[in-house]
Amino acid sequence: MTKSILLVGVGGQGTILASKLLTIGLMQSGYDVKMSEIHGMSQRGGSVSSQVRYGKQVESPVIEKGGADILVAFEKMEALRWLEYLRPDGKVVVNDYAISPMPVVSGVTPYPDGIVEELKARAHTISMDAFGEAIKLGNAKVLNILLLGATVAKMGLTDIDWNKIIADNVKPAFVELNQKALATGMQLVQG
Amino acid sequence: MKQLMTGNEAIARGAWEAGVAFASAYPGTPSTEILENIIGYKEIQSEWAPNEKVALEAVIGASIAGVRTISAMKHVGVNVAADPLFTFAYTGVGGGMLLVTADEPGQHSSQNEQDNRNYAPFAKVALLEPSNSQECKDMAKAAFAISEQYDVPMLLRTTTRVCHSKSIVECEEREEFEPIAYQKNTQKNLTVPAHSRILRAKVEERMQALKEYSEACPFNYIVEGGKIGVVTSGMSYHYAREVFGDKATYLKLGFTNPLPDNLLKKFAQQVDVIYVIEENDPYLENWIKSLGIACKGKDVFPAWGEMTPDVLRHALGQGELPVKEYDKDKIVARPPTLCAGCPHRGFFYELGKKKNVVVSGDIGCYTLGFAAPYNAMDTTICMGGSFSVGHGMQKAFDLTEQDKRVVGVMGDSTFFHTGINSLIEVLYNNSKTICVILDNRITGMTGHQENPGSGKLAGGEPAHEMDIATVVKALGAKNVVEVNPNDIKAMRKALDDALALDEASVIITKWPCVLKKMDLAERSAWGNPFTTKYVVNEDTCIGCKACIRSGCPAISMNENKKSGIDASQCVGCGICAQICPKKAIEQAPKKEVAKI
Repeated sequence: MTKSILLVGVGGQGTILASKLLTIGLMQSGYDVKMSEIHGMSQRGGSVSSQVRYGKQVESPVIEKGGADILVAFEKMEALRWLEYLRPDGKVVVNDYAISPMPVVSGVTPYPDGIVEELKARAHTISMDAFGEAIKLGNAKVLNILLLGATVAKMGLTDIDWNKIIADNVKPAFVELNQKALATGMQLVQG
Repeated sequence: MKQLMTGNEAIARGAWEAGVAFASAYPGTPSTEILENIIGYKEIQSEWAPNEKVALEAVIGASIAGVRTISAMKHVGVNVAADPLFTFAYTGVGGGMLLVTADEPGQHSSQNEQDNRNYAPFAKVALLEPSNSQECKDMAKAAFAISEQYDVPMLLRTTTRVCHSKSIVECEEREEFEPIAYQKNTQKNLTVPAHSRILRAKVEERMQALKEYSEACPFNYIVEGGKIGVVTSGMSYHYAREVFGDKATYLKLGFTNPLPDNLLKKFAQQVDVIYVIEENDPYLENWIKSLGIACKGKDVFPAWGEMTPDVLRHALGQGELPVKEYDKDKIVARPPTLCAGCPHRGFFYELGKKKNVVVSGDIGCYTLGFAAPYNAMDTTICMGGSFSVGHGMQKAFDLTEQDKRVVGVMGDSTFFHTGINSLIEVLYNNSKTICVILDNRITGMTGHQENPGSGKLAGGEPAHEMDIATVVKALGAKNVVEVNPNDIKAMRKALDDALALDEASVIITKWPCVLKKMDLAERSAWGNPFTTKYVVNEDTCIGCKACIRSGCPAISMNENKKSGIDASQCVGCGICAQICPKKAIEQAPKKEVAKI
């Protein structure tokens, strides 16, 4: 059975590194893996997604509406934007953090209230302050690995040696920090 | 060795494994990473060309001279390169040649959606269509031997999802290709009519021979299953398998010009019904119907966009998967924007305020100048076209006595692409179009590739840096001004001066892209840009929102109805400080910046 993980966020939040580590880990543990991303114009501060699918034999690299087992949102409004891609019994992990899009920045419309409440009313949702936790660890940028930790814990993929995947693929100076972020992310969803 | 690769990485790998010696391309989404990855293979001489036509011509020359060559471009790039392609199809190759066309069903980052498979029968070249990264590598690798055996240029059509999706690839080692010693052969390579008429007949013989190859080609095969027949190619194969699974028998086509008639007929006999699933045009469908085989195609499936599983399910009347209902009013659009510190901001801020101005735009990040708050673009047609399109508009306005002034806008890489011809059109035909070249010192939109103005080669080695002002003056432009677009007073003056003249002007805005990677020398030559930050003095700010109209993503109004600057995004371009009527925006002290 093919599983689908949808990582969404705003350009620059590090979804690409998180999905890269995720796919390497899945491949090394014997799964067939496919991943899809869109580059180009949509990246300039726009909504971004990394779609990861794994199983015995994966066909489409693209997750269709109603197809994701888990939706991991690096920004909360992005969770809502992509919610229709979630299976009815799927799970949401959301970073309770807002990045204002241009219509909000320019004062055309306010940033909507009650997003996390709406998510919780509609799906099994785990909300966390990944940004704040990352700062506590010493670097806001590791919020992507923190969310990766939450993802692999929720998907039951903790048998994979993620610490080794990080050690093999991250610059030596940042390995320990990223491993801590991974562990923190795992703990946050298991509590 | 197994590796996870995008289709683009796999094409580069396939070319390397096949012993390719020369590669040339012009960047364009979704093709860009093919050459970017080839640059990493030191055995291959890799170059960014100023445009796709020139790239293909260089590759044709290298092929004639006896080495294996590859070029890659986005779908619209093949339009630019079509002229040499159609004649190279007559001469045939020396060393094997592969041209990759990266099409964009769904138009994720393109101005149109065109099915470049049509080029294969049109130009009379062979066509390959991979479905995943393994096939990208295998087909790219196999292409060169086919090219040499049948003396034919090879076209490989990918699509965005094939280019940018990762899947597992079994990698092999490089096999060196012994270069073919060059021999002068004018009857083959010099296309005067007397030679070309003979070559024309040979092309037909070659395509006949390739038809036989197609019948037995390992890239065309049947996947056994139920009595529903599916004929498909490219990424559509995987989408179709997602929807039909083992209920269907598939004819999976990877070598799609010429198509295998006998295989198609054999397949038709073993299934009850045939669905043809392909992205964009009914390319396979029309051919299958021409063989007298009944099939369902574009009467069921859309002729545009991607054939993702949900689209197929919907078209087949199966309905989509169940989806959650929720309050979509809570979702605000997140359109792409010019980055904080983007050097295009000062220009569009000033241009957007001009009255009776019509702006002819072009292809690049600066196309975003069309959007609010600037609303400073009327048209965009194609790469390098803004000055000549603008020229035609200006002539028509003048002929019909409409009081409008046309400003054409393009970037530096776009100028070297085909914009230079566009400017020649303006200058030669006594146009009064105002031509603006936004020189941000790099090819921005596609992710920072070098170009003839950047002073570096594809691999980062130093290159002769073509100075745009010198080039423009050499073409005969009289009114040429270079301006720092972050100085909005100077920007305004440059535009006002140009508008006051009744003849053509060229304005060159010159400041590096905020995302450009610069070495210390370059950084210091620009006065260490992007190292300062601005802050709002809330006591002086009157909340007038003038700074918001700069369209900078780092500025927004806070709870106190005062403007606020996000320190993590601000890089100190200072546009907002110049706009503020109360001088409430100030540069943060150096000590403060260090803390941020």
